[in-house]
Amino acid sequence: MTATSTGRVLGIDDVVREIRPGMTIGIGGWGSRRKPMALVRALARAGLTDLTVVSFGGPDVGLLIAAGAVRRVVTGFVSLDSIPLEPHFRRARQAGEIELTELDEGMMHWGLLAATQRLPFLPIRAGLGSDVLRVNPGLRTVRSPYDDNSEFVAVPALALDVALVHLNRADPGGNGCYLGPDPYFDDLFCLAAERAFVSCEQIVPTGELASAVPPQAMLVNRAMVHGVVQTPGGAHFTSCVPDYGRDEAFQAEYAKAAAGAETWDAFRARYLDGDEDSYQEAVRAFAPHRADRADAAGAA
Amino acid sequence: MTGHEPTPASLAELCVVACAQAWRGDGVILASPMGLIPSLGARLARLTFAPELLVTDGEAMLVSADEVVEGWMPYRDVLRLVATGRRHMMMGAAQLDRYGNQNISAIGDWNRPKAQLLGVRGAPGNTVNHPVSYWIPRHSPRVLVERVDLVSGVGYDRAAGHDEFHEIRLVVTDKAVLDFGTPDHRMRLRSVHPGVSAEQVQALTGFELAIADDVPVTPVPTEAELALIRQRLDPAGSREAELR
Repeated sequence: MTATSTGRVLGIDDVVREIRPGMTIGIGGWGSRRKPMALVRALARAGLTDLTVVSFGGPDVGLLIAAGAVRRVVTGFVSLDSIPLEPHFRRARQAGEIELTELDEGMMHWGLLAATQRLPFLPIRAGLGSDVLRVNPGLRTVRSPYDDNSEFVAVPALALDVALVHLNRADPGGNGCYLGPDPYFDDLFCLAAERAFVSCEQIVPTGELASAVPPQAMLVNRAMVHGVVQTPGGAHFTSCVPDYGRDEAFQAEYAKAAAGAETWDAFRARYLDGDEDSYQEAVRAFAPHRADRADAAGAA
Repeated sequence: MTGHEPTPASLAELCVVACAQAWRGDGVILASPMGLIPSLGARLARLTFAPELLVTDGEAMLVSADEVVEGWMPYRDVLRLVATGRRHMMMGAAQLDRYGNQNISAIGDWNRPKAQLLGVRGAPGNTVNHPVSYWIPRHSPRVLVERVDLVSGVGYDRAAGHDEFHEIRLVVTDKAVLDFGTPDHRMRLRSVHPGVSAEQVQALTGFELAIADDVPVTPVPTEAELALIRQRLDPAGSREAELR
């Protein structure tokens, strides 16, 4: 292994120590797809508070809300995909417990892009005429300085303190690739952040990345990433194809448990109160689940 | 009826054919249907009168009518395509008003909603960039409302000044097909499904519809369309569950 590709391998707890109350955290993936759940589970255990979470939201947002770690969510949606509504997000919103910056998906993309380009904003057509402007009274519009004189929404940069993403493979230096069909916006999250951390199914020698995928699937590189953590099953119960599909049975169990305080306490005690190893062990003990995962991985 | 004629079309099958009409004349664009009946509609359109439509597999791959992968459409490219206008989406709606303003975000006061739903998703950007239609599986005054609680997708009145690329094409429900073909773009009853009267549709709508004296009946599926739906697109019959 070369000198440039060593020295950025961390443990889950090392990443947690990077995150302090009040920070703005960007989380990669999309809905219930390739979320850095092992890192999210560790954050949820860490007793953090007042986080602003920027995410194309799924159970990452839900788990952090359930842990009382979230002050504000910045998103266009929070969904479990096959289960449309995220139960913790829904409950917290209806109880008035969290603040929300509600943006169109294209505005989210543009806000991250503005942050990566060190621009204060980028203009976009999305949002004009909609109530996104009403529920975000801080949003401004701009006029084109050219002859068209058109009005656009000025999407403010979504600058992040820390980005967390989960990839299929990475090397010890912070180069990483995805093996599934969609990169989502993980590279933008990393570039928009002061510090970016990649969890992955497997850390491999640098030479194996380029032989595993076409070059354009090497989504992040050392200039974008500050630490790498190997977390097999680290996206569970969200999908991480082709390593594994979404664990639908377990996700349904999660959603069912989240519907009530007592059932959630039981779920948390069984799955979340211990460390990542004990989570994975408890998931293996969850009866119908292993066969599902093997099937999904095989089918993908 | 002879034994060789197909079973008459179900309501779900009628709706598939009605949804398909939304993409007529769109050309080489991405058809983005939300929900099973609109998905079957988009695929039926491509198999019949609109072979040039692009359709995804529900994840990131573009697939041909024969389910052969013909291209790549990850979320980042969907968002880029939105801004080019080369897309026509059929979305759902928790609430929809007479000008086509749509809400999928939250019911009640946004600051502390009675019911938190998905969030605005891409609806604000979709509606000011490319044609949008809506699929309402249960036509009711709770969905077709006087005023939406939050404008996610932008209707004709709210698009004023931003309407260069704005078009709400069709609203397909389990009772009728509606559009905005009136001078001030108020919702109009375009056709009623067989066995449904214009009065019944009005009674199930929370605002006054534009209704002509003689409202046509939604065309029933042809034998060829039924064969495609039943044998090729949805042999398992999953479409019926979306209307239950």
